[in-house]
Amino acid sequence: MNREPVLSATHLTRHYQIKGGAFSKPATVKALNEASFELFPGQTLAVVGESGCGKSTLARVLTMIEPPTSGELTIGGHQVSLKEGQRPPAALRREVQIIFQNPYGSLNPRKTVATMLEEPLKLNRKEMHATERRQKALEMIEKVGLRPEHADRYPHMFSGGQRQRIAIARALMLNPKILVLDEPVSALDLSIQAQVLNLLADLQEEFGLAYVFISHDLSVVRRIADDVIVMYFGQPVETGPAEAVFSTPRHPYTQALFSATPVADPTRSRQRVKLKGEPPSPLAPPPGCPFAPRCHLATAECTREDPPLESVSDAVKVACIHVDQAVAGVERAEAG
Amino acid sequence: MALLEIEGLSVRFQTSSGLFTAVEDVDISVDRGEVWSIVGESGSGKSVSMLATMGLLPWTAQVTADRLEFDGQDLQRLSSRQRRRIVGGEMSMIFQEPMSSLNPCFTVGTQIDEMIKQHKGGSRKERHERALDLLAQVGIPDPARRIKAFPHQLSGGMSQRVMIAMAISCDPRLLIADEPTTALDVTIQAQILELLLKLQEEKGMALILITHDMGVVAETAKHVIVQYAGRQVEKQEVKSLFANPRHPYTEALLSALPERAGDQDRLPTIPGVVPGQHDRPTGCLFNPRCRYVTDHCREVEPVVAPDDPARTLCHYPLNDPAEALATPSHDVSGHPPSDGQRPPEANDVNRGNREVRP
Repeated sequence: MNREPVLSATHLTRHYQIKGGAFSKPATVKALNEASFELFPGQTLAVVGESGCGKSTLARVLTMIEPPTSGELTIGGHQVSLKEGQRPPAALRREVQIIFQNPYGSLNPRKTVATMLEEPLKLNRKEMHATERRQKALEMIEKVGLRPEHADRYPHMFSGGQRQRIAIARALMLNPKILVLDEPVSALDLSIQAQVLNLLADLQEEFGLAYVFISHDLSVVRRIADDVIVMYFGQPVETGPAEAVFSTPRHPYTQALFSATPVADPTRSRQRVKLKGEPPSPLAPPPGCPFAPRCHLATAECTREDPPLESVSDAVKVACIHVDQAVAGVERAEAG
Repeated sequence: MALLEIEGLSVRFQTSSGLFTAVEDVDISVDRGEVWSIVGESGSGKSVSMLATMGLLPWTAQVTADRLEFDGQDLQRLSSRQRRRIVGGEMSMIFQEPMSSLNPCFTVGTQIDEMIKQHKGGSRKERHERALDLLAQVGIPDPARRIKAFPHQLSGGMSQRVMIAMAISCDPRLLIADEPTTALDVTIQAQILELLLKLQEEKGMALILITHDMGVVAETAKHVIVQYAGRQVEKQEVKSLFANPRHPYTEALLSALPERAGDQDRLPTIPGVVPGQHDRPTGCLFNPRCRYVTDHCREVEPVVAPDDPARTLCHYPLNDPAEALATPSHDVSGHPPSDGQRPPEANDVNRGNREVRP
């Protein structure tokens, strides 16, 4: 690929300090550990994992809401170097916008749709005339599939799907290059979910947007992603092109996650990679590979060292020392 | 006779802007040891109909039913004291948010104990042993320690296990699970569903699973009821529902699933939204969103054909079983083919091609 990535992250890490209380020692929570990836225009990178795996921390770091503890973030060729408490340059902030899971919570109930859409322009395009702003807001309202008469209504007058459309419109007002979508359809009903996914696909094509799509819903991810990062306990355990990862999941966690997802086909026989227990507490990380306590392939070796991401084939990288065994296990199950 | 027998259940709420019908004319008949599922989007009345069965709705709700029987007892005629004995004991329910269903001020042991004391009695020691045994049954490691835990000390999956332990503490014959795994991660969801099915089989309980997730329906239930805007639109066995949906809503819902969309560029969608209190259409409730709609649908409310095993609430049901048998003479099931009634434009649509215009 000789295209320029719009965003690249190398060893992106975010740790949080927990202050000690009367009965507890201070601790460090490693919310995000060593995430590296590149994002290209018009492509979708999906980040998959369960709650507490660092998906949302990644979103906050990418949108420059929080600085990374270490690692490098480059957006549109500019390296972002942020210190704690520092605000990123406005020009960079315009490039990355975020859409949250809950459209009921992310819109101000006291503002009309048009006011909300005009606000980013008011702050960032000070030279723009009020009538032009209004015009731009109305254009965007139609782009996301709402009607012009919706402009002067308040958020409570809309359904969940329509509210998510408003949030998308607001994020696009400054013509960003990157959209971070944090579980954008998981609060929506199935019939509405498909409408919003189609809208996102249309907008991506029209504006050449790059999406970072954070989700736990694998059937949605499989449909829209070009590349996938599977995360567990703050670190990527498997990355690669969506086709390759979905057709042959290689990390035991990816395999367990995929097989735990219910499939809407009653004729399919279930073959589960069973997963015992629950994710470890971030305050007491297990030694070595964080997945070892729940892994069916775990050996003593696993608890000694945290395995790094290593290329196994083409573009797929996996962080597991027993990859060969895991892949063989799946092939056996398929054959038998 | 079935264990739970509901006919013509309707629930209305008195609201400031008039009477709102949340559930209308729902029929369910669940036999011992059966696994049923009620599926629908938000606002389809799936929870309300089960809460009405349990008698857990607030006083503003007006519950009416032609028949509402549990194990031969008419629930509508029982005194609240008698009903209280059945609810929680023989018929029990778990809810979506395990964290908010447990009382944060008491240990889980106390809360399980309360259930057993209320319904079964026994000495303190017996009850304590029963509680320990229940925690072990639902797969909580180290029950002796966990029994003293407060809800905030447990994860979501563990809390849901405690809820299940409470619900099965009195050996119910019917367990209603209202979105039991919606708030949980997929790997934990798989564990909880497996646990529910294991307990259902071991104890021979009937299980009603309320969900919005077609994947969960496909993997757990045997029979399924599809609800839309408070009406029951279809009732079938799970396998035939996925293979041959009879109601256009079910068909549209299934084809909106990303995993069933195949290689199409765009996902098939259902235009519009579920009608609310003030924008109920005339005729069939689904008509503004239906791709097979005719003028007849816009004017006349559909009724279930008396000979339809799937109880489809539609003027023109799809995938007629008689047609599906592919016999040129349509007399196999003894009733005439519905082709004659179906509008010509619906016939022209190639159903294999599920693309729906937005």
